[in-house]
Amino acid sequence: MIKAKNVSYKYSNQEGKDYFALKNINIEIKEGEFVAILGHNGSGKSTFAKHLNALLLPLEGTVYIDGMDTREEKYLWNIRQTAGMVFQNPDNQIVATIVEEDVAFGPENLGLEPNIIRKRVDEALLTVDMFEYRKHSPHLLSGGQKQRVAIAGILAMKPRCIILDEPTAMLDPSGRKEVIETIIKLNKEENITIVLITHFMDEAVNADRIYIMEEGHVVMEGTPKEIFSKVDEIKKLGLDVPQVTELAHMLIDEGIDLPKDVLTVDEMVVELCRLK
Amino acid sequence: MPIKVENLVHIYSKDTVFQHVALDDVSFTIEDGEFIGLIGHTGSGKSTLIQHLNGLLKPTSGKIYIDDVDINSKDVELKFIRQKVGLVFQYPEHQLFEETVYKDVAFGPTNLKLSDGEIKDRVKNSLELVGLNYEEIKDKSPFDLSGGQKRRVAIAGVLAMRPKILILDEPTAGLDPRGRDEILNEIKSLHKKEKITIILVSHRMEDIARLVDRILVLNKGKIQFFDTPSRIFKEAETLESIGLGIPQVSDLIRQLRKRGFPIEDCISVEEAKNAIINVLRGKKNA
Repeated sequence: MIKAKNVSYKYSNQEGKDYFALKNINIEIKEGEFVAILGHNGSGKSTFAKHLNALLLPLEGTVYIDGMDTREEKYLWNIRQTAGMVFQNPDNQIVATIVEEDVAFGPENLGLEPNIIRKRVDEALLTVDMFEYRKHSPHLLSGGQKQRVAIAGILAMKPRCIILDEPTAMLDPSGRKEVIETIIKLNKEENITIVLITHFMDEAVNADRIYIMEEGHVVMEGTPKEIFSKVDEIKKLGLDVPQVTELAHMLIDEGIDLPKDVLTVDEMVVELCRLK
Repeated sequence: MPIKVENLVHIYSKDTVFQHVALDDVSFTIEDGEFIGLIGHTGSGKSTLIQHLNGLLKPTSGKIYIDDVDINSKDVELKFIRQKVGLVFQYPEHQLFEETVYKDVAFGPTNLKLSDGEIKDRVKNSLELVGLNYEEIKDKSPFDLSGGQKRRVAIAGVLAMRPKILILDEPTAGLDPRGRDEILNEIKSLHKKEKITIILVSHRMEDIARLVDRILVLNKGKIQFFDTPSRIFKEAETLESIGLGIPQVSDLIRQLRKRGFPIEDCISVEEAKNAIINVLRGKKNA
């Protein structure tokens, strides 16, 4: 579905000095996968995300979206329809004054028939569980609700892949939960490929695979269990591990017999009760 | 400089169809030098409350005393209150506007008409308090800095007013784990060194649990709880029902107890480690 081959990208700063935001990135994501990308600010995560729907084009290397080279202009609209993007700030993504009109914005621009637009908008709003708010004004919604409307707007374009760049950074705990549950549902039930960029490790735990970026490189790749069991390496990269994983790690150091890859409270409870 | 809030009520758009009660009969006292966590679901009244504490909003009814002064009485100058109570908004870096870091941090003190020497001292001291190197950063444009640095400069701008009470609204939102921990550690050492009262608004229960003396939980404009972290995180069901979480460690303790694992209360990973070892080793020795 997504294939990045030897991708490099550089920015120039004010003094005209160049620096590489991406350096020789190789990432492959299959159809229907849920992939999380972690890394601290400035590691290149967002720059990479912008390559996935041709907002940025690689300086070197190639990005293929469903086999289409992002540098070929003739594919631009196809690529943007295939790979939709959701950004951090919900307020920057909403254009209309009524929820359903906002969701209709994309399909309208595709020049679809009104009855098809109607159908797509309703389906998208039902999927993100915002149908009952369809006549509301977006600015009166909570952050989590706005973010779900933004996701509905992308869904109405019928993408096969959705890239979310820190979609929960500005939300409160219940808003975060709503959005993450929506993302998991899209992946499991609609088989939409998900690329989730996040700082929250408890969100990344839900992914099939995780990539960790640092200074424009991919430095780690693996399943959540593989990644988070390397507690020391993760911490050295300035990232978090879930509290229970850290706890398991400390207990192992004290000689307690626990698996290294405990990620959730439930797993930990089972393991500890076994030892009791 | 204690903070005393008595029967505070705030109603937005009173007597219109949009009337909304944001704070409903809120009373509490915060002592000098306390570190308070303020939590609550979006719309619980957190922001409305903190804006009352430095006079940005006026109560519909009720009183607010800062150091025994009723801040809304006619003969109190708001300038005086705002100097004592520093408020750092969410995404404070959006408020940076000057050409250089020095000028930006100096903006407040300059308006106080302090001497140049005093202003320089304050700028230097404030930047150092937030972990920035004064010489390296003072002549840079704030807009060339990284996100975490910008935020520090913005906080330094508030600190340069030498507030006795510092209120921070989600100071770590949007930062990565490293940036977050750095800022929180700086806030912690600021609290220790300068002995100022701190009110930290945050959604991150793990941070709150680790840092604060007491937590004020707001729900629909009322105080749900005001107590120590260990007592508050025992109320997991209530917290979840009002849209808040508890730290993973607190959840673990709760689940373990349900399964008959005899573990004591703890709020940090370190404490949990010791508690679990005690239970497991105790068992083996018996």
